[in-house]
Amino acid sequence: MNGIAELENADRRLVLATQAGLPLVERPFAAIADATGLPVAEVMDRLVRLQRLGVIRRIAAIPNHYRLGYLANAMTVWNVGDDMADAIGRRIADWPGVSHCYRRPRQMPLWPFNLFAMLHGRDRSTVEAEVAALAAALHPHVREHAMLFSTRILKKTGLRLAGAPPEAASP
Amino acid sequence: MTGRAGAVLAEADRRLIDRLQDGLPIVDRPFAAVGAELGLAEAEVLDRLRALLERGVLSRFGPLFDAARLGGALTLAALHAPEAEFERLADLVNRHAEVAHNYRRDHELNMWFVVATGEPGRLEAVIAEIAAETGQAVLNLPKLAEYRLDLRFKA
Repeated sequence: MNGIAELENADRRLVLATQAGLPLVERPFAAIADATGLPVAEVMDRLVRLQRLGVIRRIAAIPNHYRLGYLANAMTVWNVGDDMADAIGRRIADWPGVSHCYRRPRQMPLWPFNLFAMLHGRDRSTVEAEVAALAAALHPHVREHAMLFSTRILKKTGLRLAGAPPEAASP
Repeated sequence: MTGRAGAVLAEADRRLIDRLQDGLPIVDRPFAAVGAELGLAEAEVLDRLRALLERGVLSRFGPLFDAARLGGALTLAALHAPEAEFERLADLVNRHAEVAHNYRRDHELNMWFVVATGEPGRLEAVIAEIAAETGQAVLNLPKLAEYRLDLRFKA
């Protein structure tokens, strides 16, 4: 667990105690206090601090988007010139229906694409039309692009720090 | 596709899902606070939340960690699983605790997964283990830049 050495040990215990999910009880932070042996006020102060530092983005619900009716979920990938990648990446990120956009390295010859954007819609033809409109808007900067629709969730557990369960973590 | 698609949701469930994607307040009785905003009793918020998780409408409820700021590392990886071996290879990949998400996609590279580790140096080791176990080349596509991360789904 060297990687999170800059977090205090109590923070590490909080991460391990909550990464599988928040206890669904009236006083979840008190339950975490019981599980970690920290006072409840300290649990809450530390979580507020971790959130302010951006270690925790937020404490929130993660929907299974299929079950909410977003049946078509495409990872769109784009091959654009390296000098244009950031500018095009920002334009793609602002497009309606795009949830996020990343730049990633090419892996030639297997993988020529350097921008990734997720698009979600109620059905496949809606997403395909949106991607076609986006490609037209970005022309002529795009050398090639592709859509990889997800057809099955094989695993979705969220990020876990491999390591001892909270009750076994040393203070 | 995993699970039954397009769940029928009560109006209160939709409002709860939309509200809870924005973050729970860190207060002593957070579900009472959210309930007060939505006109729901604390017990009803908790009951609905448990039911939504049980039905698989929500895949998780808890802190969303930024792996990089935890001092760890995160990457997107992909491999080609031959059709006859798809399930076996999916099991081999999913067995790693460091694999947070794994999706089947309609492409020659048909298995796409996120690997997150507590230690930056461990990432390459996990990728190498998966390549050795599956006998397939594994593409390692770490994020170089992020243009937005604001994933919300209207319920």
